[in-house]
Amino acid sequence: MFEVLTKKLESVFKTLTGRGVLSEAHLTEALKGIRIALLEADVHFSVVKSFIEAVRAKAIGKEVSESLSPGQQVIKIVQAELSVMMGAESKGITLAQIPPTVVLLVGLQGSGKTTTAGKLARLYKIKGKRVMLVAADLKRPAAVAQLQTLGRAIDVPVMTNDTVGVDAGDAVAVVKQAAAQAIREDRDLVIVDTAGRVHVDDALMEELSRMKSAVSPHEILLVADAMTGQTAVSVATVFHQRMGLTGIVLTKTEGDARGGAVLSMRAVTGAPIKFIGTGEKPDAIEPFYPDRMASRILGMGDILSLIELAEQNYSKEQQKKTVQSVRSGQLTLEDFSLQIKQMKKMGGIEKILAMIPGAPKMLPAMDSASVEREIKRTEAIISSMTPHERRNPAVLNGKRRQRIAKGSGTSVQDINRLIKQFDDAKKMMKRFSGFGRTPLFS
Amino acid sequence: MGLFSKLGEGFAATQRVLTEGIETLFRGRPTLHPETLNQLETLLLSADLGPEAVERLISQLKETITRGKSVDIYSLKKVIKSHIITLLDRGKTTRGTIEPPEVTLFMGINGSGKTTTIGKLAEQQHQKGKKTILAAADTFRAAAAEQLVLWGERTHSHVVRGHEGADPASIAFDAACAARARLADCLFIDTAGRLQTKQNLMEELKKITRVVGKAIPGAPHEKILILDATGGLNAISQARHFHESVGVTGLILTKLDSTARGGSIIPIVEALSVPVLYVGVGEAAADLLPFDPNAFADALLDAQTDPPRIT
Ligand SMILES: Nc1nc2c(ncn2[C@@H]2O[C@H](COP(=O)(O)OP(=O)(O)OP(=O)(O)O)[C@@H](O)[C@H]2O)c(=O)[nH]1
Ligand SMILES: [Mg+2]
Repeated sequence: MFEVLTKKLESVFKTLTGRGVLSEAHLTEALKGIRIALLEADVHFSVVKSFIEAVRAKAIGKEVSESLSPGQQVIKIVQAELSVMMGAESKGITLAQIPPTVVLLVGLQGSGKTTTAGKLARLYKIKGKRVMLVAADLKRPAAVAQLQTLGRAIDVPVMTNDTVGVDAGDAVAVVKQAAAQAIREDRDLVIVDTAGRVHVDDALMEELSRMKSAVSPHEILLVADAMTGQTAVSVATVFHQRMGLTGIVLTKTEGDARGGAVLSMRAVTGAPIKFIGTGEKPDAIEPFYPDRMASRILGMGDILSLIELAEQNYSKEQQKKTVQSVRSGQLTLEDFSLQIKQMKKMGGIEKILAMIPGAPKMLPAMDSASVEREIKRTEAIISSMTPHERRNPAVLNGKRRQRIAKGSGTSVQDINRLIKQFDDAKKMMKRFSGFGRTPLFS
Repeated sequence: MGLFSKLGEGFAATQRVLTEGIETLFRGRPTLHPETLNQLETLLLSADLGPEAVERLISQLKETITRGKSVDIYSLKKVIKSHIITLLDRGKTTRGTIEPPEVTLFMGINGSGKTTTIGKLAEQQHQKGKKTILAAADTFRAAAAEQLVLWGERTHSHVVRGHEGADPASIAFDAACAARARLADCLFIDTAGRLQTKQNLMEELKKITRVVGKAIPGAPHEKILILDATGGLNAISQARHFHESVGVTGLILTKLDSTARGGSIIPIVEALSVPVLYVGVGEAAADLLPFDPNAFADALLDAQTDPPRIT
């Protein structure tokens, strides 16, 4: 259903081999593909429209650079333009000159406010801030209990209507009292979880306005999930009009949703995107990077994140060594096991797969849990080998295989399979090493 | 106000069409009248119908027009509407009677509205004088069981729960046994929200269905996917994955009280051939309505079309 944009454009440009400048005809076809890709990514149709016009104006008559095809040239312009629209890299919460900084989290029901409150509290606690959480969702059953549980887990105090001694129905009073207490306790940061509400519910929007006047928050963050559809525009517009948003948090981004709504929300509010949520656990929150989001919305994968992750965890020497072994066709099981360790450091197979363009879609049946199991098994097998065996797998006769199976708690079949996989990989590497002059990521 | 201005728009468009002469504009030259179709395209896109479905609809319409029929915006809408209703009707299923307890499993991504919908359905059962048991098989999210327990109190339903982090399948199993022992009419199983791409969590869901089937043969009789109407086209991926994993028998669309129109369920119903059973229109126990394809199609076509201000 969701074609990867690059693939789509490939077919569009197959017939266009000409060099020179981008013509109207090139563009019309290419932009059609981009329009569909953006709509499929849930970018609002009117935002798509103005975006396409902007790209057309930028691209028309532009020279196609030597090293690029016309299609790549268009994508480059599109991606650059998208990144610009996404705004600058996020700097997180803007801390007030005079603490405490008060942050209000607002949004529709089920968008992830409570979880995000816990994540932000943890993040800033780690940075050494004295954080307080405030449970101002008095509406959803057990929302207060949810925040209390999260607070306990990360050891951050949670203010509730009980602890501040106000009526269970008065969210504004809870926030007001909590803010006063934060001053008394010399807190740096107060994070307020509010009840989810639909933007067309006047009474509830009014409650938010009163909360705002009561505590003059420094940040008002709209929390929206990556699945949000076309309604994002009216949601963001109304919340912004009534509250004056200072930022956006996009949640549930670890799935396969392209998250185009965030572009619409940014377009109608001008508010910066500050964080993205990447999982259910308290540490699953990351700063926002505009170019990565641009690639994701275009369906081109999160290559940049992947490269960065790889760079972070993969020293230059290790890289060189692996490249050398690959080039010479001398890959050993030692290299193999090193690769596995690297992958683990990078956050496991699931995280890596999610960043590869098309992989989540191409491998829907790929069971990351069983892959992890397989990897564990492989590690166990390799570590039961002698260094000599690792470097020369050819010596692995039946007897040795039996010994290794015993030592690693696996079966001889497991070992046979691993050796076969390893041989296949080696063969493939050899074929690639012929044109392996330019490293993959350089 | 919105309704009248929308009617006004449509009226103006029709008048223009009339004065310029429908016949000459449409016959054999559909491209000569792109405004109507463009307008329609915008409407459908704004309802999250997705470019694919919209393109198909519009080209079908173009074809109809090419065949020489004179079509104004109202009959245009009528054609679209009947098209949508036909698609939605495809999901209709009939099924035999089930010996109680009837077991229903609720699933969906995080925050889609599973627990609240269970509360609303439990309330309906209570109103009918039926005995319902709720299973708190979300042992992952903080205070998920507490949330269901509160709904249990509101709706006079017994809740079977375990401790945080307990095996959800074993709670579902215990609840199924309890439902049988207590001669309950139905059992609703609440599960943790999960993104459809998390294979291990989908396995967990499979395990729940298997285990429940051991306690009560044939159970779970219904496997309902909860979809959030404010979501966009990712709902299609959600539906596909949940269906592949455990087989979806029905859909419930929540949060239709927002401005969202939930158009993405149309391709889902088409692809899965499962019915939409209810729509959620608020947070209170009574805010759950039987799904009406007619009303749904109407709302879809009256979707908000005011372009947003871009800053
Ligand atoms: N406006 C509106 N809100 C709804 C509707 N259905 C559910 N909600 C709200 O959406 C939020 C999430 O609902 P839950 O029932 O907790 O969702 P869930 O799927 O059980 O969530 P998790 O268990 O956290 O994955 C709550 O604030 C509900 O009150 C609806 O039809 N309309
Ligand atoms: Mg729930």
